[in-house]
Amino acid sequence: MKKQVIEKSAQALFLLCAGIAALAVCSITVYMILKGMPALTEAGIRNLLFGTVWKPTAEVPSYGIFYIMLASVAATGLAVLIGVPIGLLTAVFLSEFAGGKLGVCLGSAVELLAAIPSVIYGLIGMMVLNPLMYRLEKLIYAGKTDHQFTGGANLLSAAIVLAVMILPTVISVSTSSLKAVTDHLRSASLALGATKLQTIFQVVLPAARSGILTGIVLGIGRALGEAMAVNMVAGGSVNLPLPFHSVRTLTTQIVSEMGYASGLHRRVLFTVGLVLYLFILAVNLILFRMRKGGEKR
Amino acid sequence: MRKTKRVQEAFLYGLIGLCAAFSAAMLLGIIGYVLVKGIGAVDLEFLTTVTSVLRGTAGIAGNIVNTLLIILLTMIIAAPVGIGAAVYLNEYAKPGKLAAAIEFATEILSGIPSIIFGLFGMMFFGQTLGLGYSLLSGSLTLILMVLPLIIRNTQEALKTVPDSYRTGAAGLGAGKWHTIRTILLPSAMPGIITGVILAVGRIVGESAALLFTAGSGKALPKGLQDLFPKIFRSGGTMTVQLYLSATSEGDFDTAFGIAVVLLVLVLLINLGTKLLAGRFDRNRERR
Repeated sequence: MKKQVIEKSAQALFLLCAGIAALAVCSITVYMILKGMPALTEAGIRNLLFGTVWKPTAEVPSYGIFYIMLASVAATGLAVLIGVPIGLLTAVFLSEFAGGKLGVCLGSAVELLAAIPSVIYGLIGMMVLNPLMYRLEKLIYAGKTDHQFTGGANLLSAAIVLAVMILPTVISVSTSSLKAVTDHLRSASLALGATKLQTIFQVVLPAARSGILTGIVLGIGRALGEAMAVNMVAGGSVNLPLPFHSVRTLTTQIVSEMGYASGLHRRVLFTVGLVLYLFILAVNLILFRMRKGGEKR
Repeated sequence: MRKTKRVQEAFLYGLIGLCAAFSAAMLLGIIGYVLVKGIGAVDLEFLTTVTSVLRGTAGIAGNIVNTLLIILLTMIIAAPVGIGAAVYLNEYAKPGKLAAAIEFATEILSGIPSIIFGLFGMMFFGQTLGLGYSLLSGSLTLILMVLPLIIRNTQEALKTVPDSYRTGAAGLGAGKWHTIRTILLPSAMPGIITGVILAVGRIVGESAALLFTAGSGKALPKGLQDLFPKIFRSGGTMTVQLYLSATSEGDFDTAFGIAVVLLVLVLLINLGTKLLAGRFDRNRERR
């Protein structure tokens, strides 16, 4: 009898623990919606989501976050454009060429890259990348008067820092999916007279497609959600996201203004959070679908 | 093979090697740069005093204590809850809607960026529960953030425990709880500890979730009896202080000094999980 009570209560306790994770997701979702919705009606959905002027402290405040959303998308897109090819080729190197010690060393290096805190990426971006960008900017816009110089803190800097930050994710997920491709495919292709590179690019990579895509989507999620590093290198004025413009993304908008915002301004920042949350949820749902699809096959 | 093709192949080989070298060079570059810029700032005074204009000291002792307190507070709750959740998912849950829903929730939770956790923590723990900017509020936020990490690692570890252990224990008349406590958890321990260490690493590197929950206080607790009251006060971790030093305070010596300390910590944590994982694999082979 006593044993049964213990068993039952243990089970209940474990269920409670598991429930906390589910409860956390539900309450975060509910809270984000509850706090993010009021400003939508107060400031007007169209003005807020499609307005391009962000002047929260002006006499007649304007809360347009369209450029901010666009900057998030642009920074993430550019980061993927830069980071994915590098990551993918590194994964090819790790799975097809690097054997023994070299592979282990490079693998550990990639793992360590993932463990470095984002503020350190931001710090190095500020100190190394931004000055380089400023030089490039001076070179490109020399003599032009209509360009507002950013001192190197711009969209391109943010995208490069993000590209390095998503490298480990792309590399590790792609490497494991390349390694999972059966050797029969490789030997069959080689037996047919294809060179090693032809085999890799026309047989192995397509076979590992779903895993590679998963890695890319994970990278997109990480880039969209990164706040501190981007905030340190992206400048920080609300602008049309062009490579040499100083920009604000959804995440940096929250980081840089939440500290002092009040009233409607604060509530709009919650809406920015909600928009970011919806972006991330969409990415996660795609990921979940892809994983489910991968399991079925 | 035609000549253009051979040139093409050579080019591709070069590109693959270059990309791999880039990833490695990135890591070495980051570590080297931070060490060169920051090692000069790190000495005993830096690690044991608090920055004060009055006393003319520059140090991060307060931030180190805050980081340790937050790790402790977070893990005290997150570790048991995460391990419990994994035990439920792996040992009790029958395949069905409930288990699928919880797995789905864990997956979503692990994809949420830290700034969203920070916003939620600020609103819920800070305002609704009235904890304001405090170490406790930051820790509660981080619990939610590291849960998926601990759950997933514990689940993986439990999956490697062979089923014969379970049936064997059941055959000897052991109850489920007894089996879990005395057989499953001890066998899965290296994997569980790996998860816990990874979670600690995540906390050490976290900044966005803490900026608006734990705040940025840098005072040291006044003696041991002040440790408990301290958790209701604001406290910035090393990462938060690094961020503030590099941006609003413009104090790059401190920023790089903290970066060195953080890098060393991250390296140690990485090494720890490596060693444990090695032991775990050996255990698995022996079976």
